[in-house]
Amino acid sequence: MRRDLIFILISVEIMLNGAGVAFVAAGSRWGQPDGQIMFLFILAMAAAEVAIGLALVLRLYHHRHTLDADAISDMRG
Amino acid sequence: MLGLLWLIPAIPFASALALAVLRIPRKLVAWIAAGATAASAVVALLVTFSFLGAPPAANAYTQVLWTWFDVGGLRPEIAFYLDPISLIMTLVVAFVGFLIHLYSTEFMIDDEGYSRFFAYMNLFFASMLTLLLANNLLLLYLGWEGVGLCSYLLIGFWYRDPANGRAGRKAFIVTRIGDTALVIGLFFLFHDLGTLRIQELMQRATEHWPVGSSAAVAAALLLLGGAVGKSAQLPLQTWLPDAMAGPTPVSALLHAATMVTAGVYLIARMHVLYSLAPLAQTAVAVIGAATLLIAGFSALTRWDIKRVLAYSTMSQIGYMFLALGVGAWPAAIFHFMTHAFFKALLFLAAGIIINAVDDEHNIFRMGGLRTRLPFAFWTFLIAGCSLAGLPLVTAGAFSKDWIIWGALSASNGSPEFWIVGLVGVLLTSLYTFRVIFLVFFGEAHSEVTKRPGYAMLIPCFVLAFLSIVGGYLKTPFGRFVETALPWTDGTRVAPVTDLVSEGISAFVFLLGLYLAYIFFLRKKSYATALASNPAGDLLHRFWFSDWGMDWLYDRVFVQPLVWFARVDKGDFIDGFYTGVARLNEFAWRLLRRTETGRLRWYAAGIAAGAVVFVAVVLFL
Repeated sequence: MRRDLIFILISVEIMLNGAGVAFVAAGSRWGQPDGQIMFLFILAMAAAEVAIGLALVLRLYHHRHTLDADAISDMRG
Repeated sequence: MLGLLWLIPAIPFASALALAVLRIPRKLVAWIAAGATAASAVVALLVTFSFLGAPPAANAYTQVLWTWFDVGGLRPEIAFYLDPISLIMTLVVAFVGFLIHLYSTEFMIDDEGYSRFFAYMNLFFASMLTLLLANNLLLLYLGWEGVGLCSYLLIGFWYRDPANGRAGRKAFIVTRIGDTALVIGLFFLFHDLGTLRIQELMQRATEHWPVGSSAAVAAALLLLGGAVGKSAQLPLQTWLPDAMAGPTPVSALLHAATMVTAGVYLIARMHVLYSLAPLAQTAVAVIGAATLLIAGFSALTRWDIKRVLAYSTMSQIGYMFLALGVGAWPAAIFHFMTHAFFKALLFLAAGIIINAVDDEHNIFRMGGLRTRLPFAFWTFLIAGCSLAGLPLVTAGAFSKDWIIWGALSASNGSPEFWIVGLVGVLLTSLYTFRVIFLVFFGEAHSEVTKRPGYAMLIPCFVLAFLSIVGGYLKTPFGRFVETALPWTDGTRVAPVTDLVSEGISAFVFLLGLYLAYIFFLRKKSYATALASNPAGDLLHRFWFSDWGMDWLYDRVFVQPLVWFARVDKGDFIDGFYTGVARLNEFAWRLLRRTETGRLRWYAAGIAAGAVVFVAVVLFL
């Protein structure tokens, strides 16, 4: 498993794109426009997510000088 | 004009609300608080003029505002009832209340809780007037609890000192015992007679209950329980001396002039019920007679000026109860009126003195203030003479002699009550002049540091005037309340005439004055000798401890209850709730292990969850 935050973010983006492609393909298979509409939604959502995600990553790097996800585990129960 | 009646309690209530909610500068607070009470008093005066000018039918006026609620046949209204009794009480409460508010604007000026104080005072004022004007017992009870709440809040006003909080709690809890009896009485009356409107209630009671029936006696005794608690009579009197922990204007308004006489008002209001229950009425007289003696003796031993006055209040309300019990109804209300004047004045003058000598309450450490606080001296002297009953020139003499004469000659009177009344005069005269001689005469023990301003002097002056001329109103007063309260004094054959009774009472007053002069001014060694021999010392300590009542209640009620509460701490109900708490704690220990703080754990958790979810959807 990846421990670098940037890689985790990239992976999330790829997963979202995968879901988008699945929607478009399914839409085309059954001749429905819904698949493409869903893809537009996912696109918008992914853009927002990556903006916030990158901002958080930047702040974290300022504070901790590391991008290791396991090193940032202060919020334990 | 009578239509303005609702404004009398509404104005101070609105002002209390404003003072409680808004942040208002100090100067404005005084204007709003005193202004609201002044407006209320002016409306009361207008209503009185129109009532006297054109008396409504049957000498009573009812103003229905709206129906409070309507449940299962109980349909109380927010409605006010004005008849001679409530009119006089309202007028006195409104005017004395206004004067004391005016006094407080200066008295409390340095206090940080200025606006809080006036919010409570105005709320009290509104509740008291609701109590007096209510046309049904439920609304009366609302006012009753309102004044009780304000009493609690104001006794504990300086809450930083835990002793004040304790005094407030004590007042609240002890009166609560009486209030419980009162509310059971209300249930009982509603159950048996089907209404809580006071006038209907009186009418139905006479129709349904024969004289002396057990139902009437039970109802009357339950209401008496409430009255005894609120008016600090035996056996629920222990809270009043402690209530002196509050600011002095509070003692003057709540614990002397108005609130503590609510019990007297309740019994006078329900006088038909008490006429149906001679046993309960006799109980009223006996309670009053016993309280007036017990409190009188206790007042003789106290050194705190405010506590002497508190015992004196208990004793004077004992007189009112005695008057109610023997059937001299108008005399009780008349004594309420004069008492409101002179006792409020005594407290206000005491407030000036206490302020002047740097918060000293001990009368033995004052002395010689006659020349240095001449105004306080003269007003205190006038009020004291009125309290002790200086014949012919003071209001207190007229009202007290009326009660003493009633104790002998009213329908329920007897020579024993008459003698108790006269002994009470001796005690009153003795303890009043004890305070006056110790505080104002003799050599000075303390420096005068502060002198009162006009806002404090004017109320004292007005009350001093009323404490003198109030007595001359006896004849018109009697004629006015005749329609609302039965007039029974003079109905029994008495061995002496009322003039002789007044003469004896005047003689007893002078005897008390003379004794006080001997013991507390001329030959102080006599008093010390009397108090230091074994029997005198025992009596002194016994009276000083309020006849051991506090000690007794503490042993019999408070300590067993505290002990039981401590023993009962681990019973099964507590066990159950402790178990619930333990279970939660255990579950928390278990679940907190999943909160590792590691992002990859959470991602794995989400993925596993998604897999399980999809599997469930696909295969089940």
